[in-house]
Amino acid sequence: MLFADPIAAGPAAIPQDRRALVSLRDVRKSYGAFEVLKGISLDVGKGEVACIIGPSGSGKSTLIRCINGLSPIQDGSITVDGQEVNDPKLDKLSLRRKVGIVFQQYNLFPHKTVLENVMLAPLKVLREPRAQVEERALSLIAKVRLTGKERAYPGELSGGQQQRVAIARSLAMRPEVMLFDEVTAALDPETVKEVLATIRELAAEGMTCILVTHEMGFAREVAHHVYFTDGGVIVEDGPPDRIFREAQDPRTRQFLSQVL
Amino acid sequence: MLELIGPFFRDLNDRTGWNFNVFYDPYEYGRFLAGAATTLQLIGWSLALSLVIGVLGAWAQSARSRALRWGVDAYIQAFRNTPPMIQLLFFYFGLGAFTPAVDMGGYSQPVISSFAWAVIALGIFGGAFNVEIFRAGIEAVPDATLEAAESLCFSRLQTYLYVTLPLAFRISLPALTNNLVSLAKTTSLAYIITVPEMTYVLNQVWSDNLNVPEMMLVLFGFYITVVTLLAAGLHAVERRLVLPGYGR
Repeated sequence: MLFADPIAAGPAAIPQDRRALVSLRDVRKSYGAFEVLKGISLDVGKGEVACIIGPSGSGKSTLIRCINGLSPIQDGSITVDGQEVNDPKLDKLSLRRKVGIVFQQYNLFPHKTVLENVMLAPLKVLREPRAQVEERALSLIAKVRLTGKERAYPGELSGGQQQRVAIARSLAMRPEVMLFDEVTAALDPETVKEVLATIRELAAEGMTCILVTHEMGFAREVAHHVYFTDGGVIVEDGPPDRIFREAQDPRTRQFLSQVL
Repeated sequence: MLELIGPFFRDLNDRTGWNFNVFYDPYEYGRFLAGAATTLQLIGWSLALSLVIGVLGAWAQSARSRALRWGVDAYIQAFRNTPPMIQLLFFYFGLGAFTPAVDMGGYSQPVISSFAWAVIALGIFGGAFNVEIFRAGIEAVPDATLEAAESLCFSRLQTYLYVTLPLAFRISLPALTNNLVSLAKTTSLAYIITVPEMTYVLNQVWSDNLNVPEMMLVLFGFYITVVTLLAAGLHAVERRLVLPGYGR
């Protein structure tokens, strides 16, 4: 079966290797005088699925963009597989190859077909042979259930289909960790399901995932660990059952009572 | 060609006095063809030069060097805000006076011909507009799309080549078509620096034969044909590059 049964699939067992793949220590980030992240620390182990939830403007998206170096931080440290992200000597390419990111607005290349979107980076950046890249791209397109759409342009696809192409495009670089930045926020409820099913399968396969999401039911189902952020700090974190059932902090409880 | 249309126009002249001698007199026909060839070459080279300047200028505008950016801005201001005819005169008589001449045995010939000066002047004139057109196209490429390329490990140059330019070119095309068509028409100004293009040649023809109204018609017809074909070609490019579903 291509996809894990959505009902049976809970969080996959966390692998024994608990070495942190992504590690944040006291990360601070400001836009001008406005401090968005006020000292964030978290560890995500290999194969772990971490969900970041919280109200809008609490710095969730900023946090995720800092992890692959799209936004520089002012203080603290972020390491991915032992590499310091903000080390000026760091080869950004070697970092970003390990980190895939999927955006809320898909951001596909509109002048390339689905197949070309998926193949472009492995061909041009990794310089892998075309036949090998094409084989991998076709299997990734099949995995996100878009076989038959290889020659379509992004403009001809629905939002949910475009978002699945974006996931396949990111996976084509064979990342070690995938970042999802509110990837279902721009989709209608029906297409949300298709995209979540794709992510669910990735998680079940053991891909390390960090998700910023407003889909509480989904977070509860796939996450090993949930972080609730508000005002630039992590207010509370823990296994999904504890956060969703018996949150300690009043802010967490108030937020959850409004969205659940 | 002359055998085909010659008898008709000779007959027309005999019966009505409408003298389209460029279409039946072999000597005048030869002049007409030479003028047409010169105009087409002038259009081709000027447009090509203006495009090269446009791409390089747009790239230089986003360069880190302040001097380079300032230089490009100064260039645009200078050549958008002066009439193309003055520019042609400036290049040919102003700068042309300082370029070396070669002794051709009895008379001397400047290294840069009037045709070459026309290409340079018109290319620079059209290029000033093209820089702005390409810059607008480049700025219209969404930052988010470039960010996606960045996160997929594309270098700055790769992002520019594979993402920015193809999208910017498509966005620029309608404005670019306008400017290139306008530039093609402006090539007739090369007449004033004695480039033997169509306007110049037909002027000679009507001076010799006093058939001004007829040659005016020919001149009109010639430019309508050439510019219509050019615009059709550019529109065909636009259609070919259209992206299904994009921007809707």
